[in-house]
Amino acid sequence: MAAFGATVIRAGRRFLSSLPALFGVLVFTFLLMRVLPGDPAVFFASGPNAGKEEIEVIRKQMGLNKPVPEQLMLYLYDVGSGNLGRSMMTGQLVTKDLRERLPASLELTLTALLIALVSAVPLGVLAALRPGSIIDHGVRFFCALGVCVPTFVSGLLLIYVFYYLLGLAPDPTGRVDIFASLPPRRTGFLLIDFLLAGDFDGWWAAFRQLILPALSMALFVVAPLARITRASMLVSLGSDFVRTARSVGLPWWRVVVTYALRNAILPVITIAGIVFSTMLGANVLVEKVFSWPGVASYALDALLSSDYAPVQGFVLLMATVFVIVNLLVDILYGIADPRVTIG
Amino acid sequence: MTSSLLALDDLHVTFSTRRGLVEAVRGVTLSLGAGEMLGLVGESGSGKSVTGFAITRLLDAAGRITAGNIRFRGQDITRISGSDFRHLHGAAMAMIFQNPRAALNPIRAVGDQIADAITAHKRMPRDQARAQALELLRAVQIRDPEKRMSAYPHELSGGMCQRVMIAMAISCNPALLIADEPTTGLDVTTQKVVMDLLAGIAAERGMATILITHDLGLAARYCRRVVVMEQGRLVEEAEPLTLFRAPQHSYTKRLVAASPTATSRIADLVPEGERGREVAVQIARRSPTAPGTPPLLEVQKLAKRFDQGAPAVADFSMMISAGESVGLVGESGSGKSTTSRIICRLIDPSEGEIAFEGQSIGHIPARDFHRSPFRKDIQIVFQDPNDSLNPRFTAFDCIAHPLLRLGGMRPGDALRQRVEECAQRVGLEIALLTRFPHQLSGGQKARVGIARAIACRPRLLVLDEPTAALDVSVQAVVLQLLDRLRREDDLAFLFVSHDLNVVRMMCDRTIVLQNGRIVEQGESRAMFDNPKTAYTRELVEAVPHIEPELAVSVT
Repeated sequence: MAAFGATVIRAGRRFLSSLPALFGVLVFTFLLMRVLPGDPAVFFASGPNAGKEEIEVIRKQMGLNKPVPEQLMLYLYDVGSGNLGRSMMTGQLVTKDLRERLPASLELTLTALLIALVSAVPLGVLAALRPGSIIDHGVRFFCALGVCVPTFVSGLLLIYVFYYLLGLAPDPTGRVDIFASLPPRRTGFLLIDFLLAGDFDGWWAAFRQLILPALSMALFVVAPLARITRASMLVSLGSDFVRTARSVGLPWWRVVVTYALRNAILPVITIAGIVFSTMLGANVLVEKVFSWPGVASYALDALLSSDYAPVQGFVLLMATVFVIVNLLVDILYGIADPRVTIG
Repeated sequence: MTSSLLALDDLHVTFSTRRGLVEAVRGVTLSLGAGEMLGLVGESGSGKSVTGFAITRLLDAAGRITAGNIRFRGQDITRISGSDFRHLHGAAMAMIFQNPRAALNPIRAVGDQIADAITAHKRMPRDQARAQALELLRAVQIRDPEKRMSAYPHELSGGMCQRVMIAMAISCNPALLIADEPTTGLDVTTQKVVMDLLAGIAAERGMATILITHDLGLAARYCRRVVVMEQGRLVEEAEPLTLFRAPQHSYTKRLVAASPTATSRIADLVPEGERGREVAVQIARRSPTAPGTPPLLEVQKLAKRFDQGAPAVADFSMMISAGESVGLVGESGSGKSTTSRIICRLIDPSEGEIAFEGQSIGHIPARDFHRSPFRKDIQIVFQDPNDSLNPRFTAFDCIAHPLLRLGGMRPGDALRQRVEECAQRVGLEIALLTRFPHQLSGGQKARVGIARAIACRPRLLVLDEPTAALDVSVQAVVLQLLDRLRREDDLAFLFVSHDLNVVRMMCDRTIVLQNGRIVEQGESRAMFDNPKTAYTRELVEAVPHIEPELAVSVT
């Protein structure tokens, strides 16, 4: 219990220390958007031949005529009061847009990470048990392949094989079939909402939509996870305590899983946290290929149309997610490894 | 011999390394009766541990038994399958390892680990296994066994971890116990307690034990029969007393001579004629100190506190005169390393005064001490010759470094001459100067470390366990070297060590530290022969002696 309390205190301290970084991200993104070429007022004016006066009016409406420091102060005030601004593209509040789209991205990324972990850890363990063997080389080859092929290529390839050739997958557009009825929104995660509504056909349909994009994302991150598992498993298998476990005659399975793997999994937790954060922001390609209504494709569209508020909101969201994921990793690590709490 | 529990017949073990096949064990034949305690003694690389691992089939993947066979209870176990061997592991033969903390799973409570060992061979419910584990913790005399059940290895001391390891090893009452350097790295007093416990348990349960160690004294104290290994071969086998009084093989003779005892002198450590080439280099004599000059080093009421809690060092006062050698002994955690680092100004004291030749140096921050003119007068020789040399510096660079930084020399012929002179003084061949640390042996690295320390001709040398990482035969040579250097150059030593026999030989005076405080000090031989305080007596008695009877008569 004391160890758990220490973990919470450590996590709290870590969270507080990351607040300045969040603030820095906020200011930096704001300034970066102002520096980037492109005038949102011109973009959102009625047409290509809108008059100078019209553009000026829009600019005034958006508050862009004020000096940048003043704009920044206003923006910070808004963020402080929970208002991330309004998207010019969708006409909605950014917070509302993000809230609608974040679960889609999270669901996709979490599923992908789960697939990646479930395949990478056993692959890494197998490779470490027989270093230099055919299995080891096979895993290495598979991992190299996963890293070499960009996600949009593997995504297209998967669509080609499973949708076009085999006809196993549904057409790759969005989270559910356009004509399907959505479950009542509770968590925003379709798989969970369908389950809560007791609609198993809907769940299966959503699952089928999800599996291809999740696979193509997972393929990309299997490699780092499998490699780190292999490396730390090798260290663990060569350690003194595994030798001890063998010397007292523990069954092979117990030596590998309880003694070696539980120790080897610690660095994998850390890497999985980093991988998750990266995936969440970088899966824009997959979201585009599969027309997935996630936050990353939303932010990209906003960026292309110089829509300041959504981009800033997105970056802030990603930074926050990153901080939270790191906290989670920290807490998990504290539970998995009794040594960290003393440090 | 059909009655013996274990019989090795012409055992060969080969390792495949990057540089080809290396034969680690070359034809070992020995046998062990039930309940017998056998000492297997040798220096690093002698193949003693490999023999132990070969018997229990715990060799690294690279190692293989290439010839000979191992019979256990009359059955040839050399080539039985791995799954058959699993039923022997723990149940019939168990091992205790060096570095007990690393040998335990860091993220599993020790009680669970012992229970794992029990259930590996007996089917029983988990709580019954835990109850038995608790019994075992009692048997190895751990205080508060109920509390320790849920402790993790990092929460226990080294000695406690070794007790847990012993509990695991004996959990299924094996007939054979192999202890591989079980107390190396533990304090002498802890070593004695752990070894007494181990010997007691083995006798009580009738377990045959092989004690693998580099320490002749330890083997002599606990074993009826000792075998000596050198380069993968058995060179001698005898009762300890005969072995040490009248060693037959030349290697054994060397080993016995090199092992410091209560009565040995530095000159006896290495037989005449085997000293190697040591070039006596003429160096300019120092002007003798005029009477009335202040002592070389004077320390007054030194104290050091880290964070909160008890001070690491408190109320420490001492004096060293020019050319004097002072020993600093104590168990781990006694503050001897902290004290030595404060004196050579690597860390700052919390309180107290340090004066070198009458001038106060205690107030100079350790960070800036390298600019002080006294930096080259106080030098240090570190414990680990491997880690204290920069792996990207050649031996030449290592020795030249202080000359460039402190001696104000420029690269050139003069520097090269000076470095070569230093190398000659420590008996390091000039040809070795171009090598990198990983291309040198342990003893050669120790010489480089010493040459670096004496390069600027310091007045005071702080030696922090300078031979703790070396084999006894190498230690013998290094100790002789240090003693010669001291006499040649009127150098003062502050000699930090846990080995009382070494300190007794090397130091005129000795200071005993406990929990950061001086408990006793005085002329070395007199103090160790007749300790005044209980703590010093405990330390002295814990040292295993080669000749048990003699040791009894001394203490």
